[in-house]
Amino acid sequence: MTRPSSEQIWQWLDGVPDPEIPVISLVDLGIIRGVEWNGDMLTVSVTPTYSGCPATSIINLDIETALRDHGIEKLQLKTQISPAWTTDWLSDKGRDKLEAYGIAPPQPAGGPERCPNCRSTNLTKVSQFGSTPCKAHWRCQDCLEPFDYFKCI
Amino acid sequence: MTAPITRDQAFLQFLLRMGDNTLILGHRVSEWCGHSPVLEEDIALANTALDLIGQTRFWLGLAGEVEGEGKSADDIAFLRDVWDFRNILLVEVPNGDFGRTLMRQFLFDAWHSIQLGRLMTSSDSRVAGIAEKTSKEVAYHLERSADTVVGLGDGTEESHRRMQEALDYLWPYVGEMFQSDAIDAEMVAAGIAPDPASLRDEYDALIGRILATATLTIPDSSFGHKGGRSGKMHTEHLGHLLTQMQWLQRAYPGANW
Repeated sequence: MTRPSSEQIWQWLDGVPDPEIPVISLVDLGIIRGVEWNGDMLTVSVTPTYSGCPATSIINLDIETALRDHGIEKLQLKTQISPAWTTDWLSDKGRDKLEAYGIAPPQPAGGPERCPNCRSTNLTKVSQFGSTPCKAHWRCQDCLEPFDYFKCI
Repeated sequence: MTAPITRDQAFLQFLLRMGDNTLILGHRVSEWCGHSPVLEEDIALANTALDLIGQTRFWLGLAGEVEGEGKSADDIAFLRDVWDFRNILLVEVPNGDFGRTLMRQFLFDAWHSIQLGRLMTSSDSRVAGIAEKTSKEVAYHLERSADTVVGLGDGTEESHRRMQEALDYLWPYVGEMFQSDAIDAEMVAAGIAPDPASLRDEYDALIGRILATATLTIPDSSFGHKGGRSGKMHTEHLGHLLTQMQWLQRAYPGANW
């Protein structure tokens, strides 16, 4: 087969959903750090979000499955921990999708900008931790809905 | 007189010290899963434990690489016995009540955050990379454990009493974090890690500030338990912990799913 371009690979990876937050892709999440051909061997560099995130091994499996489905035969996944993942790498598309899904996107101020349900800014933190390592638990004081906030790191 | 150690031997010991601290504390904290006073605390403790176990994979994974005998992080975690562990005693003591667990977490997080900050400029790029990655998580741990120590210390009469008792109980385990030996000297010479003793002033300033806000009194005693990071003498508790943590790999060698 002819070697697909790097742009094509990125596009395919943008079709792989995050296993915990399926509304955004692995590319949106900013964890795909590189796509590189060496002869007929494709190397994809992936960085973990949190050291202990249990989704990491599923993510690797999903990348491998997706690329094999597209006919990639020789594939190598490389874990790259430096530079460390930061929520600055979330794509704008990903941030919008998160909010539409009900998860407040990360803010440098360290808390959500507004309630993803009613847009109120009258918010309170329930817990610094949430349903996955990357999220904290907040509540809207106006619509009273609890919601996840994507932590800013 | 003991034979001098090589740089690689010292490096391996250093990595075991880092990885065993996070492994054993991660296991201890995970014991709370399903038992915390409220759901949010349960989730917070489980998340902290998860981070620590994840960090362990980096440290012990690198330890296996440096040792060069083909061992994985899992092999090192699950197939060693008590005398091979290099964690400080603080992390292996039983959880006690919620207050003691959070006090231990705070005393450890404070050291951990300072240590990782220094390791970010390690001459070994792998160590610097792990430190850069994990320091972000640890900053978060410290923020939460410090907040909780203040909230409970400066809380009700009972929560204050329990936090003071926790501090009194744990204080003799703090000193071990700052003891230097030949392994540390070798790491300093190689530019890989700082001298543990050099972290003490920054540590005392940090915990002094938080504990004062928490209205808690640091015990006036310099007595310290030691023997964990050198492996000379662990507490009786570590063996019990390992029987739980390691039983599956011991009973069904090589099992995975």
